[in-house]
Amino acid sequence: MSTPLLSVENLHVKYGNIEALHGLSFTVHEGEIVTLIGANGAGKTTTLHSITRLPPPEAPRVTAGDIQLRGQSILKTEPQDLVRNLGVALVPEGRHIFGNLTVFENLELATYSRKDTENVARDYERIFSLFPRLAERKKQRSESLSGGEQQMLAVGRALMSKCTFLLLDEPSMGLAPLLMYDMFRTLKTLNQEGMTILLVEQNARLALQFAHRGYVMDTGQIVAQGSGVELMENPEVKKAYLGG
Amino acid sequence: MFDTLLQNILNALQWGSFYALIALGYCLVYGVLLLINFAHGDIFMVGAYIAFFVSTFLLGQYLDIPGLPSWLVLALTVPATMLLTSGVGVFLERVAYRPLRRKGVNRLYVVITALMCGLILENGNLALLGASRKSFPELLDKAIWTFGSVSVTNLKILVIVSAFGVFWLLNTIVTKTKIGMAMRALSWDRFAVPLMGIPPDTVIVFTFILGSSMAALAGILFAMSYPVLDPYMGASIGWKAFIAAVVGGIGDIRGAFVGGFILGFVEIMVVAFFPSSYRDLFAFTILLIIMTWKPTGLFGVAKTTKI
Repeated sequence: MSTPLLSVENLHVKYGNIEALHGLSFTVHEGEIVTLIGANGAGKTTTLHSITRLPPPEAPRVTAGDIQLRGQSILKTEPQDLVRNLGVALVPEGRHIFGNLTVFENLELATYSRKDTENVARDYERIFSLFPRLAERKKQRSESLSGGEQQMLAVGRALMSKCTFLLLDEPSMGLAPLLMYDMFRTLKTLNQEGMTILLVEQNARLALQFAHRGYVMDTGQIVAQGSGVELMENPEVKKAYLGG
Repeated sequence: MFDTLLQNILNALQWGSFYALIALGYCLVYGVLLLINFAHGDIFMVGAYIAFFVSTFLLGQYLDIPGLPSWLVLALTVPATMLLTSGVGVFLERVAYRPLRRKGVNRLYVVITALMCGLILENGNLALLGASRKSFPELLDKAIWTFGSVSVTNLKILVIVSAFGVFWLLNTIVTKTKIGMAMRALSWDRFAVPLMGIPPDTVIVFTFILGSSMAALAGILFAMSYPVLDPYMGASIGWKAFIAAVVGGIGDIRGAFVGGFILGFVEIMVVAFFPSSYRDLFAFTILLIIMTWKPTGLFGVAKTTKI
């Protein structure tokens, strides 16, 4: 099998003195949608933050193991380089859009380090066709957007950074069901066009329907894995995460 | 009566320009890092001293070289001083503030560090150059125009025009350019800035360059207006400019700019009608009343975040 796009190997991570991940291993291949599901506090967000290497003090501390992107360790990579050189973008939990900037400025900011300026105009159009609501509200301060629109903006912003690997942290949180399905349909389209997606989600049923493969996390470890369908049929997963 | 008022307004615009230029630097660093850079007033002092050495050197006072004409000296001193002073500002950021930021310590400690940096700059200057005051060379051939009993000097006009010009430029940078956008983004959410592929440290260094070079410009103009330099000249004017920035609404450059001029006007007007020893007492009482009325400053808004 070819080198995976992302490979997390025996990862141990500490926040302060508390170990949050105890030897986590999983892989994501090019073109896949992979989901990490699990209860609150299982370590899903910590896993994403370990990959994106946020600047200290926010960054969780990797004490053992490795994270590799296309076979290269990224443990020493600066977070901004992950975006601008390696095409990895995170849509963080809580969206973290820049509320004091307009919708358009939020998108523009993500092009900060792009060198292919000739493609930027086309990418704006692409985002606005995926999320027409953003086009309507282009000039508004983005803090005035509804939760769903903010989520669209957060995804749109990640796409503007020209990522090929999208990490999503709880994209369904706070969204009305209709908007939630819309969002997942859009993500599916992106995946069909070649985007690799790693999705962290509390809504396990939704995530497993959507993903090719999934990993179930519990207290900092992987406790089950398999294709989306397999995990949905797994009696223990059913009992613990899918409501019986 | 009208003449006196007009004269006082002009004086206040000049005096306020110094506060405004310094307040902008406090405001930028606070906006981006939420750090009250208490060394900023001393950066202003360092700027004045650098301007002193650059200009006297160019005038040919040290080596046996022919001096340049004073207009050329002024034209060279301004950019050289801004550049060198930015270097000092960025140096403080690198050696004092960044390591603390990396360790993620509480902001209070960074503020205390800034206070210490200011004291080190003051006392370093004292140790290096001694307590004797330096008198700043005259770089501008003085021209005075009088209209009735109102007199305007070319220096006064230079100071006021520089302050407004710098504000216009700064406002353009912050609102229209990508690095300005990154500064605003950093002030809103520093977590998400690297996720956009933007190195936060670059944005922070740029902020210190802007703030320090504005303080340097204020230092040059101040030294040209009041040509006696001493190591503590930045302390009181720095504190006052900081207060001006807070009254205007720290975190908003319009606020800092307007705040600087408000303080300038209040001080000049108090002196116009009362003995000058009442100046600070009255000035700060008025600012206190403004603060009580609008605690977040004239342009400030209580920041709300949406989760």
